[in-house]
Amino acid sequence: MKPQLSTQSGTFESSDVIFLIEPLPENSGRRLEISSTVMQQFGADFHRIVVEMLDKYDMTDIHLIAKDKGALEPTIKARLETVIKRSLGEQEGTLI
Amino acid sequence: MSKKYKKRRSMLYIPGNNPAMIQQGGIYGADSILLDLEDAVALNQKDAARILVRNMLHVIDFYDAEVCVRVNHLNTPFGLADLEAIVPLQPSAIRYPKTESAEEVAELFQIIEKIEDRHGLPHTKMTLHAMIETAMGVQNVFDIASKFDRVDAITIGGQDLTADMNIVYTPDGAGIDFARKRIVMAAKASHIDVIDTVFPDVNDEEGLRRETEYAKKIGFTGKAVINPRQIEIIHEVFTPTEEEIRKSYRIVKEFRTNSAAGVGVFAIDGKMIDAPVVARAEYILKLANVTVG
Amino acid sequence: MLNSLGRKIPEYIDGIGKLEPFQGALTKLRKGWMDEPTIPAPNKAYLPHQNKLCNSLEEAILRSNPHNGMTISFHHHLRNGDILLVQTLTILHNMGIRDITLASSSLNECHDPILPYLKDGTVTRIYSSGIRSQLGHAVALGLLDIPVVIHSHGGRVRSIHTGKIQIDLTVIAASAADCEGNATGSHGKSAFGSIGYAVIDARYAKQVIVVTDNLVNFPCIPLSISQNFVDQVVVVDSIGDASKIATGTTRITNSPMDLRIAKLAADVIEHSGFFEPGFAFQVGAGGASLAVAKFIRDKMKAKGIKGSFMLGGITSYCVDMLNEGLFETIFDVQSFDATVSNSLLNNRRHIEIPAALYANPFNCGCITNKIDVVVLGALEIDVDFNVNVITGSEGKVRGASGGHSDTASGAKLTVVVCPSFRGRIPIIKKRVHTIVTPGESIHVLVTERGICVNPAFPELEENLKRAGLNIKDIHDLEIEVDKITGIPAPLEYTDKIVGVVEYRDGTIIDVIHQLKEK
Repeated sequence: MKPQLSTQSGTFESSDVIFLIEPLPENSGRRLEISSTVMQQFGADFHRIVVEMLDKYDMTDIHLIAKDKGALEPTIKARLETVIKRSLGEQEGTLI
Repeated sequence: MSKKYKKRRSMLYIPGNNPAMIQQGGIYGADSILLDLEDAVALNQKDAARILVRNMLHVIDFYDAEVCVRVNHLNTPFGLADLEAIVPLQPSAIRYPKTESAEEVAELFQIIEKIEDRHGLPHTKMTLHAMIETAMGVQNVFDIASKFDRVDAITIGGQDLTADMNIVYTPDGAGIDFARKRIVMAAKASHIDVIDTVFPDVNDEEGLRRETEYAKKIGFTGKAVINPRQIEIIHEVFTPTEEEIRKSYRIVKEFRTNSAAGVGVFAIDGKMIDAPVVARAEYILKLANVTVG
Repeated sequence: MLNSLGRKIPEYIDGIGKLEPFQGALTKLRKGWMDEPTIPAPNKAYLPHQNKLCNSLEEAILRSNPHNGMTISFHHHLRNGDILLVQTLTILHNMGIRDITLASSSLNECHDPILPYLKDGTVTRIYSSGIRSQLGHAVALGLLDIPVVIHSHGGRVRSIHTGKIQIDLTVIAASAADCEGNATGSHGKSAFGSIGYAVIDARYAKQVIVVTDNLVNFPCIPLSISQNFVDQVVVVDSIGDASKIATGTTRITNSPMDLRIAKLAADVIEHSGFFEPGFAFQVGAGGASLAVAKFIRDKMKAKGIKGSFMLGGITSYCVDMLNEGLFETIFDVQSFDATVSNSLLNNRRHIEIPAALYANPFNCGCITNKIDVVVLGALEIDVDFNVNVITGSEGKVRGASGGHSDTASGAKLTVVVCPSFRGRIPIIKKRVHTIVTPGESIHVLVTERGICVNPAFPELEENLKRAGLNIKDIHDLEIEVDKITGIPAPLEYTDKIVGVVEYRDGTIIDVIHQLKEK
């Protein structure tokens, strides 16, 4: 699936993470920019979660920026799922 | 018929889009926690909050607290999606805002039961707390409280109610006093819990204590909490007195002795002690953290 | 060689000398005397009616025999408002002095400007109870060839007595001083209260310069530092940024988490068996540690319990309790706000004490020996109750040993308060990065998710369980936290040692390895 919209999710608060998704032109693949206050300790883990979820939704031609402030795993996954769905134009139960 | 007593002296409201607060929700010793998808969440974050709360419910341990989720009303674009996401996780209870009629509740249960059926879940585990926040809701509260086995608490939403009544909130609560008492009465007639509204001034400890004492006096069984600092005072007020504890201890002790001896019904000081009285006595001991040795 | 906590300690380090491994908190004290000989304090002679006043700090330094390889010392009573340390080092650097040993009682963010001097060989060795911010980061990355030595407040006194730290020049900032060098921090526009950490420096430094922004008529009272130890006096426009030295009063935290932990800690203290009339009490200066004082204060009033003294690190909250009659005396080695300085000046039961009396174990008994209950923080704690207050979980040097191990060793009940995790990083570990205070000194850990009692104290655990508190095995809590946060990837270190952590008796309790930065 390709993102239809540039979208974001999450907040700048501690224990949260901001995700930004931008569609890229055809055949651009995936560009991931991850920064985290706990990069050393959980960076690899974070990367794995992002890749797994992008695979799950079969996302390509996507530029994804993540700014993490020590979010726990359920939060990372929630914010990621939210931004992906928003980027796919799946507005279920929300107002944009 | 005796209802099962749950400890609900305090109900801590936690905004559903705030991960830091959700993950710490269980540490404050509140009896109940309310994860809020409704008024505490901005309109354009309803989806984010829903997904976050869903994930957190799977993973986060809230220890002994009863976990409730306040969904959006079915007449909003969000309510149905909330139910679809949350009902399968079977939190202790769903809180339904701005409940106005028994018909509404019946409709809600139909939807909830359909979701439960789809997931192979019983219709008897998760309960409903109906929130009365409008004049119409106040008028219909007895029907709402009494007609459904699964409704085991009602609460009053003071701020929305004053808005609906077009009056100004005053610290003495005069404008919503009738509503409070009517809601309590409906709860008592239906043998369910009734929870008082939030006290918004976090720094006013004296004011909080006064309002909580009043709530207890007129029959509320607990109070909503907007900041963990309020929990201790609320628990102090709702904790049974020495006298109550002593009486309850005696009742439970004699009940257990009599039960063991095969005696069903007995009297203390000339008063008949039957099952509801024993259940209430056990609840009081539980609130007071007292075990019968 | 391994010390008694299983940490590998080298036998010898160039630039520091032979190292003795830690063998238990009280092992060396049991002898009843200190093995190491003490060095003599300087002997001076002075003619009557001399003039000690210098026109500038630079002039005073020039007169104090600055030379390559010298050791220079400062106190940290000015906290983050200090400007003198940076000024002094800059003057020395510009004079071409190199290979300096810096022996400040602690180092703060305001000292970051000396980082270039660590890079260019002006400063080659550091003794301190704490290092933070950019300096701390640089140290962790191995900027200095010779490892820094981290000591406790009591340990620093010992080091100076034994000549391990041989001070050539000490620069003592004072908020009031007279022309002879009698000096104090208890009044003046830059008042900071107790000057307790500087007393040992005044006695042992070969040259003593007092710097003040407030020259008063002779004599300066009180004589916190007395003239018989002072060589020169300099008057400057300002000894530091008053707003960063001390605020007006210290507020109790509003953080619901810290308040929750504090409340639980107060419950622990109440049921510990040590909450008795006449108890002696010490808390930290902020966060959950200080908040415990609020709950204890309420409990003291409710139960009509009056304590004997408070010690530390004193904040206005302690002064309030003194004034309410809840305690009889305050022993003040460091004052955290203006209210405290005032109380120190005016209340005879608010007593200024030097670091030696506060925490040096090698004498007839320092005051930490009389503490009943102390509440301390932690950056990390492990399942053996060892505490790290010097390196963060990301490997940075960003804390201080301070009075932690001193007070923990003396208190009948040492309570460590901290959240079970911060950000996403677990605070309870299987093994801390750096041990500062050994687990044997810690009685109980209080977190928001459970209270853990050191198994060496079964009676305490019984008392607390009987009181209905949420007692958990620390191993279980550690696993519970790992499940919440996930297990962090371990940090990578090299073999190079960048820091040596001295226990208060001079033995080495741990070393800090160089962090591999990615």
